[in-house]
Amino acid sequence: MDFIVQASYFAAAVLFIYGLKKMSSPSDARKGIVWAGIGMVVATLATFFHPAVHHIDNIILIVIAMGLGGYLAWVSGKKVAMTDMPQMVALYNGLGGGAAALIAAVELIRQDNMSQIVQILAVIGALIGTMAFSGSLVAYAKLQGIMRKTIRFPKQQLVNGTVFLTTVALGLMIAFGGSDYSMLGLFIFFMLALALGVMMTVPIGGADMPVIISLFNALTGLAVGFEGYVLENPAMMIAGIVVGSAGTLLTQLMAKAMNRPISNVLFSNFGETSGDAQEVTGSMKEIEAPDVAVMMAFADKVIIVPGYGMAVAQAQHKIWELVKQLQEHNVTVKFAIHPVAGRMPGHMNVLLAEAGVPYDIIYDLDEINEEFPTTDVTLVIGANDVVNPAARTDPNSPIYGMPILNADKSKNVIVIKRGKGKGFSGIENHLFFADNTRMLYGDAQQVANDLVANIKEI
Amino acid sequence: MEGFVALYIFMLAAFTGYEVISKVPVILHTPLMSGSNFVHGIVLVGAMVALGHANTQLEMVIGFFAVLLAAGNAAGGYVVTERMLEMFKTSDSKKKGDN
Repeated sequence: MDFIVQASYFAAAVLFIYGLKKMSSPSDARKGIVWAGIGMVVATLATFFHPAVHHIDNIILIVIAMGLGGYLAWVSGKKVAMTDMPQMVALYNGLGGGAAALIAAVELIRQDNMSQIVQILAVIGALIGTMAFSGSLVAYAKLQGIMRKTIRFPKQQLVNGTVFLTTVALGLMIAFGGSDYSMLGLFIFFMLALALGVMMTVPIGGADMPVIISLFNALTGLAVGFEGYVLENPAMMIAGIVVGSAGTLLTQLMAKAMNRPISNVLFSNFGETSGDAQEVTGSMKEIEAPDVAVMMAFADKVIIVPGYGMAVAQAQHKIWELVKQLQEHNVTVKFAIHPVAGRMPGHMNVLLAEAGVPYDIIYDLDEINEEFPTTDVTLVIGANDVVNPAARTDPNSPIYGMPILNADKSKNVIVIKRGKGKGFSGIENHLFFADNTRMLYGDAQQVANDLVANIKEI
Repeated sequence: MEGFVALYIFMLAAFTGYEVISKVPVILHTPLMSGSNFVHGIVLVGAMVALGHANTQLEMVIGFFAVLLAAGNAAGGYVVTERMLEMFKTSDSKKKGDN
């Protein structure tokens, strides 16, 4: 029996790695997740034959818990809108971290004679998993809009540091406490770890959230890997550590795209700068949809810079219709995607793919930035920070140094925006005040509708 | 398990994860993050073992929630990843149809 279980775990590990590999090319990507899914089913079924799983009561409980958790997640996953994917990933990731932490809790409460290494890894996994759990839930709440405020207070890092050191000290006492550490200490340890995850995430602004979700994803992977060692389960060890390292790399890539070292994301508060940001000069100038329609229809080249705002307004389908119309007027239309457009790298590509926009007119920052000076009209829809020239010019700006799309260098810029307020990150956008910029106020979908109607009449 | 064997497994798995991801195009970063989120749903297996050998009532309650959360991670992770990647597929074939 044990042979079958172990062989299944081996097969699962192979399928996971093969699946992740497949997911690296768009055409095979779907097969990748299916292979990984098969691996998961095989490993799960095999576990019913695991020697430790034999009490019939416990097996019934397993089936109930699995059915309930699986069903709820399945249904919610089917329903969620594409725009809300990032927070959903955060939520599911939190669940995984919580599960790893609870496994550690069961093993540590049992106080079986563990070897020293096992005990240490159980404690580390517990700490990481618990932090990933509460942190991910906060990230979810923030992106979902349940929790709007970014909480910061003086000496925050000192407080966080103190709590962290206390937790680690308590963890060490448990890890090296043999088999008679106090249960109260264990309880406090878990509570502190929960608090740490929350405290780590609340000061982080919305713009940095993707990096944090990715980091928690990597942390959950590590926690799963460590608990896998505790349970002598190679499938968990391999899958967990593979995700841990892949997630770490992904976190680095994201942080790099935003030009913010991970340490900055974690420890320096977004939006906090040494000096005052430059005063914006000029004023915002309004324009009406018919004028924009004429401008675009008679242009040679139009670049569209979509942002999360476009997706929220569900305007991507209308925009694609607009693009097709412009193409009939022999206008060259390209999409410019900033690495962090949407809420995660690649999120905007997913949203445009959903609307049916082909890949070959979608360009990355590096590919398209040189083209802005030769562009007649740049249409900015629901994007803000990623086109803010302050990132190039104002050393005091919180986003200074972040690579941006040079929309301001094109001949005309049209910004579609819901209102006059500041964006997601609360930073004033210098582009909106530039001489070659016109503001087109309104809901992105409504505006796109008007544009389509107006171009039809030309 | 012998300590050094585990260390080798950890080391090789870490390099594997790094290599597998390093060649992924930016457009797939979000689905891939979601996909790797699904893969650590394997924690379900551990949760089943933890609940399976639970003796006291406390252990059983904690184990129950471990399985509950882990199943949520695995099922939810699969569904959202599959939905995202499915879209890439249809947009691809749609594109072929257009041209």
